[in-house]
Formats: sequence, structure tokens, C-alpha cells
Amino acid sequence: MRTQCDPSCFVADHLKKVPPSGIRRFFDIVCEADDVISLGVGEPDYITPWHIRESCIHSIEQGETSYTSNYGLLELREQISELFSKKYNVEYNPESEVLVTTGVSEALDLAIRAIVNPGDEVIVVQPSYVAYVPSVIFAGGVPVTISTKMSNNFKITPEELKNVINENTKAVVLNYPNNPTGATMDKADLEAIADVVVDNDLMVISDEVYDCLTYEGEHTCFSSLEGMRNRTILLNGFSKSYAMTGFRIAYALGDSEIISSMMLIHQYTMLCAPIVAQLGAMEALRNGNDELDKMIREYDRRRNLIVDGLNRIGLECFEPKGAFYAFPSIQSTGMTSSEFAENLLDDQKVVTIPGDVFGEAGQGFLRCSYATSKDEIQEALERIETFVNKT
Amino acid sequence: MDKHTWHILEILEENARATPENIASQTGLPVAEVNDIISKLEKDKIIRKYKTIIDWEQAGEDYVYAIIELKVVLERKQGYQTIAERLYKFPEVRSVRLISGDHDISITVRGRSMKEVAFFVAEKIATLEQVHSTSTHFVLKTYKEDGFIFDEPEKIKRLPVSP
Repeated sequence: MRTQCDPSCFVADHLKKVPPSGIRRFFDIVCEADDVISLGVGEPDYITPWHIRESCIHSIEQGETSYTSNYGLLELREQISELFSKKYNVEYNPESEVLVTTGVSEALDLAIRAIVNPGDEVIVVQPSYVAYVPSVIFAGGVPVTISTKMSNNFKITPEELKNVINENTKAVVLNYPNNPTGATMDKADLEAIADVVVDNDLMVISDEVYDCLTYEGEHTCFSSLEGMRNRTILLNGFSKSYAMTGFRIAYALGDSEIISSMMLIHQYTMLCAPIVAQLGAMEALRNGNDELDKMIREYDRRRNLIVDGLNRIGLECFEPKGAFYAFPSIQSTGMTSSEFAENLLDDQKVVTIPGDVFGEAGQGFLRCSYATSKDEIQEALERIETFVNKT
Repeated sequence: MDKHTWHILEILEENARATPENIASQTGLPVAEVNDIISKLEKDKIIRKYKTIIDWEQAGEDYVYAIIELKVVLERKQGYQTIAERLYKFPEVRSVRLISGDHDISITVRGRSMKEVAFFVAEKIATLEQVHSTSTHFVLKTYKEDGFIFDEPEKIKRLPVSP
């Protein structure tokens, strides 16, 4: 009889530092409930526009089912390069400075692994997307968080950044427009951050996947700031702008030294992004602007609807200027974010995400996605009002 | 066109029964301003009519539709406008369009039966002086009308919670 083993002994030590996603825990509760309205979804409620789906179907019929270059199809990289040149006036060589990835999640992982040595510190601005901190830990780095505040419109300030920089600091992860707050940073705000970045010789990983979903003012691409192109790994993708979440298609832009290092990992771990998704992305960039503009206008209307509704109910809501999330404060109720979200789900069958899932800075807030129909938003607001009035 | 007007037109195009209060919530404008903008859009004939799309088949009222393409002969001093006017005054005629290609004008006719539509075309349309020939296509099923799909809309399949 051979000795039985405990498989958990084989799990790598550094993974034990990563807690399970708070969203995952909520997912399990939601799946057991009926008649639920979900404001908990971080993806568009649009099906991928038909012209994109149709072009993917056609590409499969034509036998476009092979691997592509590790970097991605050159034609797609040329389209991406042209987009950034025209839109943000920042140039990337499609041959060597554009890497097509399997979602922004992969691009983020590659970016961090490409620059982080064991013990390097990476600054993560919170509240923010749940993957940043774990990605730093997976790479052997040390995440250092900065908590932004509603009183400052959830923007990071140069002082807050300076306060956490030391000799081990390697990079800072920015995400504007921000998930979960909907905050944006205008050009002047970002210029001040860029100064600190240069003074301290840091890299910036700028996740701008919500750049198209900016409703007030113009989005500033971080790498378009003077002197920032070679200090920035820019991440963007097609999931949010073109409702292509399930296609898993995105890209990273940066100096060729950085991009080739990311490609080194990508070629051995992913090889290439799926060709059908790449061809769909090409169609999106060629003919997707009308649908995109229409989606943006609709999200803008929903944004007004939900922010107006939440404020009316008495849940003070910062005005989000981008993405598709409202981030109301529930501090007036005396509950924690988790208590509020769990009780709301239990009592009124409305799903929201507790703000502290996105970092301690989100405690006292809820993330309410308005990537859902206006009828559902109205109904959810009525139910939230009933719940708040009871408490 | 300014951003608010654009929003109001899109909201009403999607749902003509959207209330001024609801439109105000979606645009961030005061209700009074929404009312003013709508009144101006009506006065300027940008909003032409508030209409309801009805599935008459579902209501148990069977109508027969036909698309009739016409070749017309233009007379001196009489352009397409004159023949178009003669055509659109018939209540049976639901739409009149000047088109390019083999024919000049396309009309849609509604009647209670194929016979009724056929007789209408033979007696009222084909006999018009300017009408040189007609080509009638009966509609067997309408799948989409004015951007509205009559089948059940596609349901998006999403996880109820995602980051």
C-alpha cells in the first residue's frame, strides 16, 4: 500500500498569499437565488454586434483556423497602430510595438511578469480591478496599494504617489476610466503623475480598456503625454468597447524592448490569441464605430438614470465620468459594504458588488453596473429604495 | 445637433411613450427643458409623428401587404412629385418611395386579401396615366420593420456577477 499524500502540500507558497476573489464568493450566493436583478455584471449587456459575429462565422467557413504570428496578425496590429496614431497622436511600430493578447487579463500578467523582479514593489491604485494585486504577487513582486477617496473624485494625487515610493518601487498600475468607481483623470491630473513617474524612474502600466466609454471630457492616453511613451505599457482591448468579452481579445502597446519581453512569455504560454477573435477585432475596428457610438450614448443615459436614482434614494453617488459603473456610498446606513450587498440581495433580490472587493478603499461603497437595461435599472432602484427605507 | 437633443430623439425613437420625467433622468436636464426641446422638435417637424408598431397577425387581424414596383412615364412639367402625390393619397398605399434601378417608384399596399390588393393595383394604380407598368410582390412574412425585429429578441447570456 502506497502512502497517501496531501495535495495541498504541493501548492506553491506564494499562491497562499492571494485570497479568493470576493466576487467569486458573491457569485455562489447569486446562483442560488431567483428573480434576481443583477447590477453586478462587469461586461456589456449587448451581444457582440452582428457584423463582427458574421465576419467571424465567415472566417471559419473560409478555413481561417490556424495559428498566427505570436505578435498577432500584422494587419490587426497595423489597424491598432493607426488607431492610436489618429486618436491619441502616439506612434507604435506595428511590427514590434504591438502585441495582440488573449484579453487585457493576459496583457496585464505579461506586462507585470516582463518587468518585475522578485521583491520589486508595484503600486496599485485602489479601488481597482481585482486582478492587479494578485498579478503582482504571482510575478513575485510586492503590491503596494494607494487608497483614493471620493472627496477627491477617486483620483490619485502626486503626493499620494510620492508617499509610497521607495528604492524598491518599479512600477505603478493605473486604470482610468476606472472599474469600479467610473472615475477619470484629465490631462492635467495625469501630467502631475507623469512628473512623479519620471522623477522616480518608474514604469506605468496603464489599463485603458474603458477609454471609449468616457462621457465627459476627452480621454487622455497616458503614453501620449510628453516623455511617457517609453515609460508606459498601455493595455486596451475589445471587450468593453465592442461587447466582445467572450472573444478574449486585447493588446499591449509599448517600447519594442518591453513588448518583445512580453512576447517571450506569450509565445511559450499562449502562442497567439485565437485567430477568429483577431479577425473579429479587425472587423470591429473597420466597421464598428457606428455601433460603438450608439452604445456610448445609451450608457450615458443609463449613467444619468442610475446616478440620479441613487442620489434621490439618499445613497450619495459620486458622478462617474467613464466606464459603466456607479459607486454609491452606503456609509449613511451604518452597514459594511458586504452587509449591505448581502442583505440587499437577500431582501430585494438585487445584486451589487461590495466595494471592498476592489480594495480596502472601497469599504463603505457598492459597485452598481449600469450595463443592464433601463427597465432593470429602474426596477433595481425601486427595490434598493424599499430596502434603504426599511433599514 | 447638440448632445441633449440627440439623446432625446434616440430615447423617443426607441420608446415614443417615454415620459418627460424619465427623459429628464436619462439626460440630466430639468423636466421643463425637456418639454421645451420636444416642443421645438415637433414645431420644426423633426419629430413628425408618434407611432406604434403593431403585430396585426398576433392580434388576429390578417392583412395582406404587397410591394409594387412601378415604371412611370414623366410628362412635360410633371415630375415624380405629381405621381407620388396621386399615389400617397390612397389610404391603401402605406409607403411611396422613388427608387433607383429597373423601376422608378416602389409602393407598399395593404389590403384584407390578395384579391383585394390585386384588384386595387389593377383598377387604381395600373390605370394611372403616368404608370407604364407594374410588378407586384406579395409579402409572405415580415421579419423586421423600421429596425424592429418581430421575433423574440436575442437573449444575452452572461454570468450574473463578474469583475
